[in-house]
Amino acid sequence: MGFRIEPRVNQKIAYYVLLLMTIITVLVLFFIIGYVFKNGLGQLSFAFLTQKTMDMGKGGGIFSSIVGTLFVALVAIVIATPLGVGSALYLVEYTRGGPVRRVISFGADCLAGVPSIIFGLFGFIFFVIHLGMGWSILSGGLTLAVMIIPTIIRTTEEAIKAVPRSYREISYSLGVGKFDTIFKVVLPASLPGILTGVILGIGRAVGETAAVIFTAGSSHNLPTSLFSSTRTLAVHFYILAREGISMPKAYGTAAVLIIIILLINFAAYRLMHRFIARYY
Amino acid sequence: MMQTDEAKIRVDNLNLYYPGRQALRNINLDIEENEILGIIGPANSGKSSLLRAINRLHEIDLARLTGRIMLDGINIFDVRINDLRRRVGLIFATPVVLPGTIYKNLTYGPKSHNHFSRAQLDRLVEDSLVAANLWDEVKDRLRDSASTISGGQQQRLCIARTLAMNPEVIMMDEPCSGLDPISTAKIEATMLELKDKYTFILVTNNTKQAARVADRTAFFLSGELIEIGTTESIFTNPQDERTDQYIRGKFG
Repeated sequence: MGFRIEPRVNQKIAYYVLLLMTIITVLVLFFIIGYVFKNGLGQLSFAFLTQKTMDMGKGGGIFSSIVGTLFVALVAIVIATPLGVGSALYLVEYTRGGPVRRVISFGADCLAGVPSIIFGLFGFIFFVIHLGMGWSILSGGLTLAVMIIPTIIRTTEEAIKAVPRSYREISYSLGVGKFDTIFKVVLPASLPGILTGVILGIGRAVGETAAVIFTAGSSHNLPTSLFSSTRTLAVHFYILAREGISMPKAYGTAAVLIIIILLINFAAYRLMHRFIARYY
Repeated sequence: MMQTDEAKIRVDNLNLYYPGRQALRNINLDIEENEILGIIGPANSGKSSLLRAINRLHEIDLARLTGRIMLDGINIFDVRINDLRRRVGLIFATPVVLPGTIYKNLTYGPKSHNHFSRAQLDRLVEDSLVAANLWDEVKDRLRDSASTISGGQQQRLCIARTLAMNPEVIMMDEPCSGLDPISTAKIEATMLELKDKYTFILVTNNTKQAARVADRTAFFLSGELIEIGTTESIFTNPQDERTDQYIRGKFG
């Protein structure tokens, strides 16, 4: 009724409220990363990165954990990417948005929200015990794959849906079949979006603790095969901090973890930009 | 029984239904070889629907069709769909270039139908660009992304892309609607140059364009074919009052 703000003031208020929200978000983020780096970067040395863990983590380095982390994440991504992208392609291109697709999409959304420890428990029962893989890189990787598939399905679905319908029509009108159209036009055009999903998946896989501690174990020996138990960086960090073994080493590990995630993301974006530059 | 007459495309009692809407009503129409048939009419008159049906693109729109469309006397539903679409090209109103280079845009279609050597592909690219009056402008940029050329050039690239398929019929759906007069003139010139080799169907919102390039012109209204005849007779002596009114800009 009577209360009315002058439009220009209104604009200003909206601008500053949104700016403030952004500042708060970014500050929190920088505070966390800054705090970890402040306590952890001092620990970093060539020896820390290349030596094996000694004395339960009080001494030595984290080389075996770096290797273990990369392998677990690699297994997860190699398994999850084709399955997730394939499912998304099927859902978008072959189900015509019917009930099947809605049920599966809804299921994927729910799965993406399930706490990771539930996946850890599933992985422990199914991969470790039932399939007899034991605590191993393979069990851990497979469990993480199951965990990140929903994320990859959903991001890929959105990416594929964002490909203009006209691209498909052009391809069909040139007499190119559906399969070729999907693989030569739709998939390349949605690759940047798919890659975003994969990056999110890698981030979750590399940083995951609960699901891998149940399935990959916590051995700090250098893994020698897919069936070796390993202690990922996140798990190593958790054990060091939780059991009060060494806070400095814990922060050092956390710093390495963050740097690895940054490097992976950086590399993925570089790859994407090179692809876009070549393709568009 | 096989039809033995000369029509390149014969549309026979064609009805087309989109979910909840009939787009074409009882269309009977012959398109002769090596002619340019202009199709004019206001929005939603069924012009584009006819082109989509001839290309069997209505199938992805979930449309239902009754009647027959014959290409060289053979029902298009008895032809393999990808062969039909290779033989009958369709140019859309908005030029859509596929992601990738100019070169790739041109070789994408042909490569999915046949195997070509590198030299054959190079040849195909050059020939189709020359035919579409685009070669001189892009010959040094074949490896550039197709989206970097201008809108008018993109539409000519789309024409070249269709020509590279070595089609028999080229259908154009308002190919110049988003283009400037110079680009439009180039595309019209291209059509006139090529009509000895191909059969054209040109759907246009621009009645003057039909008058300039079409040999015969058909007038569509609300999914019905109102009148078809030589372009001269349609524009100077229309038989139906609605045709007359439309041409004189009374509606549409």
